[in-house]
Amino acid sequence: MSGFLTVAGLHAGYGAGRVLHGVDLTVEEGEVCAILGPNGAGKTTLLRALCGLIRTTGTVRLDGADLPRNRPEAVARRGVAHVPEGRGTFAPLTVEENLRVGAYTRRDRAAVAADIDRVYGYFPVLGKRRGQAAGSLSGGEQQMVALGRALLARPRLLLLDEPSLGLAPLVTRELFEIIRTVNRDERLTVVLVEQNAHLTLEFADRAHVLETGRIALSGAADDVRADDRVARSYLGIGG
Amino acid sequence: MADFIQQLVEGLGSGAIYASLALALVLIYQFTGIVNFAQGELAMFSTFIAWSFVQAGVPFWLALILTLAVSFLGGMAIERIVIRPVEGAPELTLVIVTLGLFILVNAAAGWIWSFLIKDFPSPFPESALHLGGVSLNYSTLGVLGVVAAVMGVLYALFRFTKIGLAMRAVASNPASARLSGVRVGRVLALGWGLAATVGAVSGVLVAPVLFLEPNMMGGVLVYAFAAATLGGFDSPLGAVVGGLVVGVAETLAGAYVGAIGSDLKIGVPLAIIIGVLLVRPQGLFGRAAVERA
Repeated sequence: MSGFLTVAGLHAGYGAGRVLHGVDLTVEEGEVCAILGPNGAGKTTLLRALCGLIRTTGTVRLDGADLPRNRPEAVARRGVAHVPEGRGTFAPLTVEENLRVGAYTRRDRAAVAADIDRVYGYFPVLGKRRGQAAGSLSGGEQQMVALGRALLARPRLLLLDEPSLGLAPLVTRELFEIIRTVNRDERLTVVLVEQNAHLTLEFADRAHVLETGRIALSGAADDVRADDRVARSYLGIGG
Repeated sequence: MADFIQQLVEGLGSGAIYASLALALVLIYQFTGIVNFAQGELAMFSTFIAWSFVQAGVPFWLALILTLAVSFLGGMAIERIVIRPVEGAPELTLVIVTLGLFILVNAAAGWIWSFLIKDFPSPFPESALHLGGVSLNYSTLGVLGVVAAVMGVLYALFRFTKIGLAMRAVASNPASARLSGVRVGRVLALGWGLAATVGAVSGVLVAPVLFLEPNMMGGVLVYAFAAATLGGFDSPLGAVVGGLVVGVAETLAGAYVGAIGSDLKIGVPLAIIIGVLLVRPQGLFGRAAVERA
């Protein structure tokens, strides 16, 4: 199998309810890969399965080696950062402390300090609020904190769960541009789950459409955008 | 006036003891969402360990340090053995488990050391410091000093160390902490260890006043619950302030409200618990469960 992240025959669910029915997926190093699909298709479940938050069967390999199962902290230590649904904010901690939790597994203090400054460079508003409790920030700012926290782990793979949820369109666009910048500057591989298909296809390299727990369609972002079914179902084009 | 200041300091002295047990309760509640009814018994057991060291001829302060170390390891062991299997269970299950632990520890102490009361040495001189018309017992001042030192160490741990940051992250959002690579299981065990250590301090400090026996901490636990409720169960600072307020309120009520006297003092913490729950259920420093989405 080639590919940086390779997923084969992945089944997962909650209790007796199966959500993923054999997902096969390959993500190349350095690409932004979008997972699109309707509500309930299993997008969030797929990310939770990748990072070990739920029980799975099937294989998930990163750079040729199997990822640990059911142990998110071990998956994180292998270089997978997950920005979860709901942003995972540590509400009573300050913005800066939130970022430092992201660097928890690192030992290189000086580089961590430099990375925190770099995040403030991406999101100047966070720099202004570094001493403020993260729970008091707006939704968009908390999403920036979540992204910043993920970046501070110096991940090799970034999983983003609906970063646009609840954000104003302009804020979303700003966030996506920064994700793209990081992806380009640091060759960070990104898997992005989104409802907002228009914007996502504009930023992604490749896209996969997840329907009822299986990948229904894969291709370059431009080809997926041109696909009739996608146009009708997710982009509101044609009829 | 001198008498009032005297009472105030005495109140702060007992309040400091309630504060340290309340802090132990809050530490465990923050990390695991468990209200640990056995906290007082663990403190009592630790005090017996200290007593055994002292009986064996170990100097008091060394005995205290050894006791704190044993308590720390014991707390971690209890988390692993007793609490880990019921992690995430319904609240009623957790309450019953800690009540079971209460009975177990209490009975074990009686079995090992018997229920006869024992004299516990005070590490502080019997005399008093005279300032103006006020005479302050060295034992009271010593208690305040020890508790202040413990608070200082904990504050530094949480505020300035990496593991302290990880502990606060786990208390706030364990799932998210795991995604950042924090080994949550270790942090929870550490939380129980710290709580047992802080609780042990309260036991060792109160033992010279109350005499040492297996049921020694029952009353103290009620005051600690009042303190934690007053301060807010999710606020370590609140536990400390709550403890001091409860101690002062109890002492002043006992001294100046004739109808209460020393017999009805135990009513004070109960009144505080009920009053706080009615007026401000999250406590003085607690966070109400409201957050921006």
